[in-house]
Amino acid sequence: MGKRIAKEVSIAIAEAVKQCRVDVIAAYPITPQTHIVEHLSELVANGELDAEYITVESEHSAISACLGSVATGARTFTSTSSQGLALMHEILFIAPALRLPVVMVVANRALSAPISIWNDHGDIMAERDIGWIQTFAENGQEAVDLVYHAFRVAEDRRVMFPVIVNIDGFTLSHMIEPIELPDQEQVDQYLPPFKPRYRLDPRKPISMGPVGIPEIYTEAKKAQDEAFKNAYRVIVKAWDEFEKIFGRRYRPVETYRMEDAEVALLIMGSLAETAMTAVDRLREAGKKVGLVRIRLWRPFPLRDFVRAVKGVRVLGVIDRALSPGATGGPVGVEVRSALYQVPGRPRVVNFVAGLGGRDVTVEDFEEMADKAFFYMKKKPKEPYEMIGVKE
Amino acid sequence: MLKELARFKGFSAKNLPKEEPFAPGHRACQGCGEVLALRLALKALGMNVIAVSATGCMEIISSPFPYTSWRVPWIHIAFENAAAVASGVEAALKALKRKGRFPKNRRVDVVAFAGDGGTADIGLQALSGALERGHDFVYICLDNEAYMNTGVQRSSCTPYGAMTTTSPPGSRSFGQMTWKKNLPAIAAAHGIPYVATATPAFFLDLMNKVKKAALVEGPAYVHIYAPCPTGWGTKGEDSIRLAKLAVETRIFPLYEVIEGKYYITRKVTKPKPVEEYLKLQRRFRHLTEDHIRQIQERVDAEYERLLKLAECL
Ligand SMILES: Cc1ncc(C[n+]2csc(CCOP(=O)(O)OP(=O)(O)O)c2C)c(N)n1
Ligand code: SF4
Repeated sequence: MGKRIAKEVSIAIAEAVKQCRVDVIAAYPITPQTHIVEHLSELVANGELDAEYITVESEHSAISACLGSVATGARTFTSTSSQGLALMHEILFIAPALRLPVVMVVANRALSAPISIWNDHGDIMAERDIGWIQTFAENGQEAVDLVYHAFRVAEDRRVMFPVIVNIDGFTLSHMIEPIELPDQEQVDQYLPPFKPRYRLDPRKPISMGPVGIPEIYTEAKKAQDEAFKNAYRVIVKAWDEFEKIFGRRYRPVETYRMEDAEVALLIMGSLAETAMTAVDRLREAGKKVGLVRIRLWRPFPLRDFVRAVKGVRVLGVIDRALSPGATGGPVGVEVRSALYQVPGRPRVVNFVAGLGGRDVTVEDFEEMADKAFFYMKKKPKEPYEMIGVKE
Repeated sequence: MLKELARFKGFSAKNLPKEEPFAPGHRACQGCGEVLALRLALKALGMNVIAVSATGCMEIISSPFPYTSWRVPWIHIAFENAAAVASGVEAALKALKRKGRFPKNRRVDVVAFAGDGGTADIGLQALSGALERGHDFVYICLDNEAYMNTGVQRSSCTPYGAMTTTSPPGSRSFGQMTWKKNLPAIAAAHGIPYVATATPAFFLDLMNKVKKAALVEGPAYVHIYAPCPTGWGTKGEDSIRLAKLAVETRIFPLYEVIEGKYYITRKVTKPKPVEEYLKLQRRFRHLTEDHIRQIQERVDAEYERLLKLAECL
């Protein structure tokens, strides 16, 4: 068994990437992701990690080089945030369409303008529809574990999709937490060597990325979509397997004190820990409040989610991103749509909070829960409301 | 001269490789200079190649699913990033060979192809990054002097005065108003071991240069001048003639830059007037005598400059 030691989460993630025996890393610095790639360069420079580290000139080239690398059959990693992720945008669609299983950690950060290096989910929510498997970590241990999981799932021949592990910038990436890094043997047991089904190899030439004429484009996309949905089973199974080897249990949707809950808050990422404290306090005050956390954002865990919120009367969805002019934050819109066909569905009220690094406190969560209770009887006037705005 | 090149005897009409890594049956226009250049380049490289293409004519005409013209492994990812993708391929091969997951002694040449747009404009940053990092790969720019794939728009490699759909002549314009960007010079400025210019009109020269580019260790850049009947308004059967004229008029001189030293590989002592080249093409049809004189002066000056660079040996 590995040892539990205090470590900065970014450093622990880099150590986990090393344990995954990556072959190629291509990354470009951007706060708050930098500590991950800095530590990886150190590991490569010291000979502790046998990998090629490509010091690309931009994120666009980082992801491009990663795709070239993974297509050649090398286990490949990158990491970015915010503007960097946005710069990759064009290429991000190509990875899943070509079934190139690269793994990326995104330290979530707000997008300009105004320029902000602090955390929210604006960057990743703009990348909702790129076809990558996406998970959200709550704490350092989970961030690390999701990295092993990411490679395992991405490279599974039934999956072959790229994976993003989201961690909240600073509030998670820069925290020092007690983290257990497993033994290398455990990681090796969990993560077999990468054996791509197809790769660029003159011994067996193939063409990747041809032109999709209208007669085949739809079919290509349908095949991609089906494979993506089917990945769900493998993702969950990989977590089951993880539990067997490492003893920690993960599910696509987590619930906290949801028994008999009338109001539930829904959140993704590290704020869930603060939200739990709020739920505890509210429960002490006799209020039937619970918490739902989505760990797997893509593919969306529709059934598990619906099951998790069964019996709830009001669901308070907390979005960490603004979708100007829309009918809610990205998570709010998604969840409303997911529930629409469900008989006896809860009313969904949507809050946008914690933009650009603004603290979301226990009191804020209590306020949102109170609002949710209030909206049990009364329909909200607006499709979403922003929390903690200084008027 | 680099040691890798010293041993290379060169292709001749007698010892041309029989293999055709680029299969016939593609969809390029008749008389396309790019596809000819592409075929010759691959012929020179052989079958132990991983090819990366940028978006552009050559990618489109060679890969309409379910067909492919590529008998060697090939990948297309986007328009501007062929050099970056090739960087990843090269790095992966290095890592896999080191770790014993790819045969160590097996030589694989990584080659990236892009048009002048994908090279000189949108992809210049990725190219510069890859050249600076020293990846062992060959980058081939297929220069047809405009964005042909999207319908003949100007690029920074479009020559002075040329008409394209985004540099149309009009009452306030005479077509492209800037001089062609000197990409080989930009590539050479990175201090890479090998840079060359070529054109399919001199096919042995082209093949030898591409092969040399593959032989040298580190990044190599080959700029291939390739007529495009569709975009230039020329006859398909004139493509080779035009490619030859471009050299004979000194518009497109053939040279190599090996470890920073310039070698002119085809000296043009009695140049033909540029007009002879220009008048065959619809894209220059609107030019006045004054424009043609300006072009001639520029061509002369540029050639003088090149001679000086080569004489500094
Ligand atoms: C980011 C991006 N912008 C624009 C395009 C549209 N586009 C595709 S090919 C092309 C021009 C290609 O020109 P060039 O590189 O000179 O190659 P050619 O087709 O002339 O061989 C353009 C503008 C694109 N595919 N991607
Ligand atoms: S448009 Fe020009 S470059 Fe493109 S295929 Fe036709 S001739 Fe070749």
